[in-house]
Amino acid sequence: MNEIFTASVFASTIRLATPYIFAGIGETFGQRSGVLNLGVEGIMLMGAFFGFYVVLLTGNLLLGVAAALFVGLVMGMVTAFISVTMRAEQGISGIGIFLFGLGMSELLFQKLIGTPKSVEGFPSIHLPFLSDIQFLGIGEIFFRHNILVYIAFALVPISSYVFNHTTFGLNVRAVGQNPTAADSMGVNVARIRYYTVAIGGMLSGLAGASLSIALLNVFQQNLTSGLGFIAVSLVYFGAWRPVGVMIGALLFSFVNALQLQISAIGINIPSEFAVMAPYVITIIALVFASKRMEKPDALTKPFERGE
Amino acid sequence: MTTFSHSLGSTFKSLLNRLIDLVPSALALGLALVIAAILLSALNADPIQAFTSLFQGAFGTENATAETLVKSVPILFVAIGICIAFRGGVTNIGGEGQMIAGALGGVSAALILKDAPGIVTIPGSLICGFLAGGLYGGLAGGLKAYFNVNEILSTIMLNQVAVQIMNFLLNGPLLDPSEAGANHIPKTARIAEASELPRLSLTLPEGIANALRSLGFTGEPSLFDRTRLHWGFIIAIVLAVVVYILLWRTTIGYRIRAVGENERASRYAGISVKRHMLLAMFLAGGCAGLAGVVQVLGLTYRLQTDGSTAGFTANAGFNGIVAALFGGLNPIGAIPASAFFGGLLVGAQKMQRDLGVPASLITAVNGLIVVFVVSSQIFVKIRNRRRLKALVTSTSAPLTSPAPHALESEV
Amino acid sequence: MSKKVQFVLLVVLVMLSAVTIVHAQDKPFKVAAVAPSAKNDLAFSQSMFDALTAIQNELGEDKFQFDFQEGTFVVDDAAVALRDWASSGEYDLLIAHGSQYGAIIEELAPEFPDVSFAWGTDVNTFGLPNVFAYTAAANEGGFVNGALAALMTKTGVIGVIGPIEVGDAKMYVDGFVAGAKAAKPDVTVNVTYIQSFSDVPLATEAAKAHIANKADVLTGTAQMVVGPIAVAQENNALWFGTQSSQADLAAGSGVLFQVYKWEVVLRDVIAKIQSGTLGGEAYTLTLANGGLVMEKGAH
Repeated sequence: MNEIFTASVFASTIRLATPYIFAGIGETFGQRSGVLNLGVEGIMLMGAFFGFYVVLLTGNLLLGVAAALFVGLVMGMVTAFISVTMRAEQGISGIGIFLFGLGMSELLFQKLIGTPKSVEGFPSIHLPFLSDIQFLGIGEIFFRHNILVYIAFALVPISSYVFNHTTFGLNVRAVGQNPTAADSMGVNVARIRYYTVAIGGMLSGLAGASLSIALLNVFQQNLTSGLGFIAVSLVYFGAWRPVGVMIGALLFSFVNALQLQISAIGINIPSEFAVMAPYVITIIALVFASKRMEKPDALTKPFERGE
Repeated sequence: MTTFSHSLGSTFKSLLNRLIDLVPSALALGLALVIAAILLSALNADPIQAFTSLFQGAFGTENATAETLVKSVPILFVAIGICIAFRGGVTNIGGEGQMIAGALGGVSAALILKDAPGIVTIPGSLICGFLAGGLYGGLAGGLKAYFNVNEILSTIMLNQVAVQIMNFLLNGPLLDPSEAGANHIPKTARIAEASELPRLSLTLPEGIANALRSLGFTGEPSLFDRTRLHWGFIIAIVLAVVVYILLWRTTIGYRIRAVGENERASRYAGISVKRHMLLAMFLAGGCAGLAGVVQVLGLTYRLQTDGSTAGFTANAGFNGIVAALFGGLNPIGAIPASAFFGGLLVGAQKMQRDLGVPASLITAVNGLIVVFVVSSQIFVKIRNRRRLKALVTSTSAPLTSPAPHALESEV
Repeated sequence: MSKKVQFVLLVVLVMLSAVTIVHAQDKPFKVAAVAPSAKNDLAFSQSMFDALTAIQNELGEDKFQFDFQEGTFVVDDAAVALRDWASSGEYDLLIAHGSQYGAIIEELAPEFPDVSFAWGTDVNTFGLPNVFAYTAAANEGGFVNGALAALMTKTGVIGVIGPIEVGDAKMYVDGFVAGAKAAKPDVTVNVTYIQSFSDVPLATEAAKAHIANKADVLTGTAQMVVGPIAVAQENNALWFGTQSSQADLAAGSGVLFQVYKWEVVLRDVIAKIQSGTLGGEAYTLTLANGGLVMEKGAH
């Protein structure tokens, strides 16, 4: 038992959850205001590529993060334009963004870089004193991660606060629940949605960068391998609350880390079932959790004054 | 007389209007292709040559057209299912997994029934495929209806689960007995010839055949001889018509659509929301399942995996959603939409072969096309609203209050 | 006929045949290949692309040309491509580089008996006269890698990250484990199959799990290995690779790579086709026949 539930498994859980949290919270902003963005995966891939490419060229990690945020912002604005101003069907416009991001990132990778390379990504930071705590392996689990991991988890209380205690958050929720009413109260529905989708884009770009310049330190075509879609589904798991998204990300990552650990110590379970486990358990967890589903009523419905 | 010419005039007018509605989509497609041309030039490829290749690959020869239709078959099946699901208010993103489930169910049936005559195995396998996909879709539907598990989450997760189940079965119980040993490629045995969906070739009617002959065409008066086009195509078209009738001419269809339009109102009207959501997902999953089993029976004659969904499905699960929406969530509309997609995908592959253009460019352009076309629909909506307004104010008694001016200023 | 006329006829015939032979040799040998992943994946698809490039460098562009359709993980798209190439009549050899394409070759080859097909990795030619099959005895290089790894590990723990337990991936891993145990019976070799050829994040985490369990040597196969290679570098662990040389990427961590040299097979296949045999043989790359070459890394 001690061999399975090791400190490294929990540390791995926290590390693995990072991109899901970034992308998931980003998507939560958009969905809370009524916009579904299925293109998260595409934005992640573009963010991952540009972050990686900038670091490859300049060696400057902050510049890489800036590049990823910028690309995410641009793609987020485009998504907002399509969903809010052009009022397109949000489900498929998202798929279009996904395909574009998937193809473009791979094309740029092939033409600009050519062959898989690795970079020196964000290093693990050993927080002084805290990272040496031996008791229950707490030092290893919590305090030896790279900075993007800490930022991701810090985002959870920050975004919760924004949703629940700021005017902006109130407006976001109002726009998502009842845009007509919000509009009649003088809230600029379109502008709020542009903000939230742009935030979502930036965080998705950051999620991609967290993969390419922090966790994996390589880039390859389709680096994210479905991660973005899982992140979108975690928003539903978390009932549109950042804490819920975080719990979903941790659960999913935990089961993943566990099945990898079991195999790494030589216990043989059919690998198909091991790989299946995180997905199945996430569904089961949601079945048993009785959550108050605060679904934004206007989710996926474009808004028009006078409708 | 005047009424006749008047109704003829209005039919012509409505046809004209339908055609004009296609203009934004055509312009959007054009814009995407312009950007594609720019990208192609950046890659030192000649755009004219590229687009010629694209067209040649999609419709240039009899074989190319056949391949386009072949490609469109699974997309159409999934799209038909999506029409049911989305109209029923359930967002089914699980087409990939349901297609795999259908393929597994269908191929198992075909292998078990291998000594039976085709008249038994083909319908039997198709039904098993439909049921397998339907059960898999119904699982997500049930989770939503009775446990409040959001279907976007469950279908995305179940897609991955389906792949792993496929890996497990193809590596174990369903493994081709002749494969067991060192090399161990995960695939099933080949289905019996009797179980194959026959190739489809269309004999031209006498009149057309004679006309073509007089123009100098020689050879057999039949299309698609010696191509891979198979009867699955006909089955898909028939299904599209059946589902259209189901959704708009039966009580069940009406109820499914009612639940999709307005859950609360349906409940007050006594319609069991839960049961109809489950039914919608079951039917949608079944259609996607048919996509899977028809691929096996008509094309590949066995099921093989490379560990991913897309190797078998070619992303039909996602393309089907796009096709359904392009077709206006109408199964009949999904037919040309799927053919269009099929042509795009097949033509793009040819472009890659002929010019050495990377496949990723095609994926990116695909995305652009989807984004532009779907954005351009706003112009159709605006135009239709204006036409409706004009119609209402011109043909009926004056309304008590004029239409709100706010309609003109969009948010 | 007078002797003079016979003589002239003979000379004309000889000249004609000389011209025909020269002309036949002037037409470049054209090959088209379809592969499931990118041609720069540092693994399976790259091995074939590199081999075709090597042959082209040997023979010259005017004598040997090839088209390469990469990224064709959709099996049915490969069927369309192969059919398109076959019916164009322009290609002497069509290569289906991926075991998932076998069913296609089985159906397609009989329809085009004048075209030669080659597919791998497998040994099954379906009894067809125009199909060659090729595979690699990946277990041989796996054995070598495993033995060396066992001798070099300081912690006694080795981690293996595999894709799906099939084909040459399975052979490599089995050979690796056997080699390690043969060199040092008490060494621990832990194997994780991540059920995907391309999932880099999962492969990376699998590698990290091994490292956390004291592995200081890692190996793996398929294009997702780019993740584990980075993990090896970050943790000063050693890396053993297969299919292509990952020496550049692995830098200081790379010890030894089993490189597939498909050109060994291709040379023989081309020669056979030019002399009229379009198929019927199965090839295996081995260390002995030079098809497998162990290349050193920078470590």
